[in-house]
Amino acid sequence: MSIKIENLNYIYSPETAYEMHALKDINIEILKGQFVGLIGHTGSGKSTLIQHLNALLKPSSGVIYFNGKNIYEAGYDMKQLRSNVGLVFQYPEHQLFEITVLKDVCFGPKNQGLSDEEAVTKAKKALEMVGLAEHLYAQSPFDLSGGQKRRVAIAGVLAMDPEVLILDEPTAGLDPRGRNEILGQLIQLHRKSNITIILVSHSMEDIAKYVERIIVMNEGEVKLDGKPADIFAHYKELEKINHAAPQVTYILHALEERGFYIDTSAITVEEGKVAILNALGKRI
Amino acid sequence: MGIIKADQLVYEYKKYNEEGDLDSSVKAVDGVELDVKAGEFIAILGHNGSGKSTLAKHINAILLPTEGTIFVDGIDTRNDEQIWKIRQSAGMVFQNPDNQIIGTVVEEDVGFGPENIGIPTRKIWERVDEGLKAVGMLGYRKHSPNKLSGGQKQRVAIAGVLAMRPKCIVLDEPTAMLDPKGRKEVITTIKTLNEEEQITAILITHYMDEVIYADKAIVMDNGKIVMQGTPREIFAHVEELKEIGLDVPQVTMLAYELKKAGLSLSDGILTNDELVNELCQLK
Repeated sequence: MSIKIENLNYIYSPETAYEMHALKDINIEILKGQFVGLIGHTGSGKSTLIQHLNALLKPSSGVIYFNGKNIYEAGYDMKQLRSNVGLVFQYPEHQLFEITVLKDVCFGPKNQGLSDEEAVTKAKKALEMVGLAEHLYAQSPFDLSGGQKRRVAIAGVLAMDPEVLILDEPTAGLDPRGRNEILGQLIQLHRKSNITIILVSHSMEDIAKYVERIIVMNEGEVKLDGKPADIFAHYKELEKINHAAPQVTYILHALEERGFYIDTSAITVEEGKVAILNALGKRI
Repeated sequence: MGIIKADQLVYEYKKYNEEGDLDSSVKAVDGVELDVKAGEFIAILGHNGSGKSTLAKHINAILLPTEGTIFVDGIDTRNDEQIWKIRQSAGMVFQNPDNQIIGTVVEEDVGFGPENIGIPTRKIWERVDEGLKAVGMLGYRKHSPNKLSGGQKQRVAIAGVLAMRPKCIVLDEPTAMLDPKGRKEVITTIKTLNEEEQITAILITHYMDEVIYADKAIVMDNGKIVMQGTPREIFAHVEELKEIGLDVPQVTMLAYELKKAGLSLSDGILTNDELVNELCQLK
């Protein structure tokens, strides 16, 4: 059970003056249940890539296998694929439209052909998963705070029971509290349901704390792919493509340069603290 | 009196029901005292709904106080006849770059403000040049704004404000929608304008790492100012900041944790270098 991307290429406006090679020979396999961070700055191709994963875009060449099946083969059920691979766009709260929170979340499952009752059950389950308090279900989604609205929008996708959840910068524009709420809920969701999550983000600090694998894209190519600590060990390369490692990484490397015998693989505050105390020979 | 002075400022959002009766009211700004001196760089922090944007909108008279007063360059913002003068003194840059760019060519967008107040054409172009140069976007003057990156768009928006020759520039979460590179561009621009052109800068943000350049940081919660001081003083209060839903930079957090674990470090460490230097002393 996985998503396997083979030799994927995508060219915007081919054979015109605006031709742009947005994805170049992408080869990735994402296994079921992984929590993956997809990093790249504006224009790196990350949004183009995720739009391929539920077939919103068709590649110029290459193949994607979802659970072993070629999704471009004649007769492949695209509608089913889009239920299985849920995509939460940037600023998803702009897509809220119903008069109550519950109705909004019911929209997806109803479209899948479920009865009203079944849709409500799924919707309630999804709202619970994103941690939205029950007294808000009957409210207009437009009366909620930014973080709450966004969780309703995410619930709208979860209500369709996807195997894979892709979120395009789910914390953009939120304050720290809203950001921690969303990321915390995603972690919970991942632990409880073993859903595959692909998180697209600019923020290395967020990614470092939460994901088990990071894929860094640059100019349409996969530049780095591995565990967070391994990726951030290449912090100099990351800088060349205008990314930065978490602050902790810089501090530890600076200490090493100043003669500390120190483990530089830490990426969170907690790990950094342990590494520094160890290097100073303090007992923890 | 400073360039911006607020005295017991209160702003109440009122909600009316369908019959037109008062349903509820919320004091978004609640008794704020503020005195900003010309040339200062002030950061206002707070989570969503803390009242920071409402306060900012008083500085160029988009909102008028329910109670109390606010003076901008010595003018009471309730003085209707002076409203254009107030808006000229205090320019504003908003969060979403796409909502504030109106021109089809960068230079036209920047020239829109001065053209509106009847500046002669030749003078407009001078101001456009100066504005774009100050934000490092002169090379893009003939470009179409919609082909620019988010950070570049925000710099064009800042240039548009500069073309009005303001004494003060208010930026309401100007980097919230930008990628790290864009954020850096915008923050560096603000810092340079403040240092070199002595423009008073008021930066509203919830990114703590952007605050370290400010002369003074003000923390808002529930419409009130709950903390103010230099960034270093503010960041020494890690627990209080966390309590009201704010973060501190990772390096400050790390220093705080190390201190708690028994290392003797200063309060409110703001940069990697500071921490590394202090740790080297302990080796």
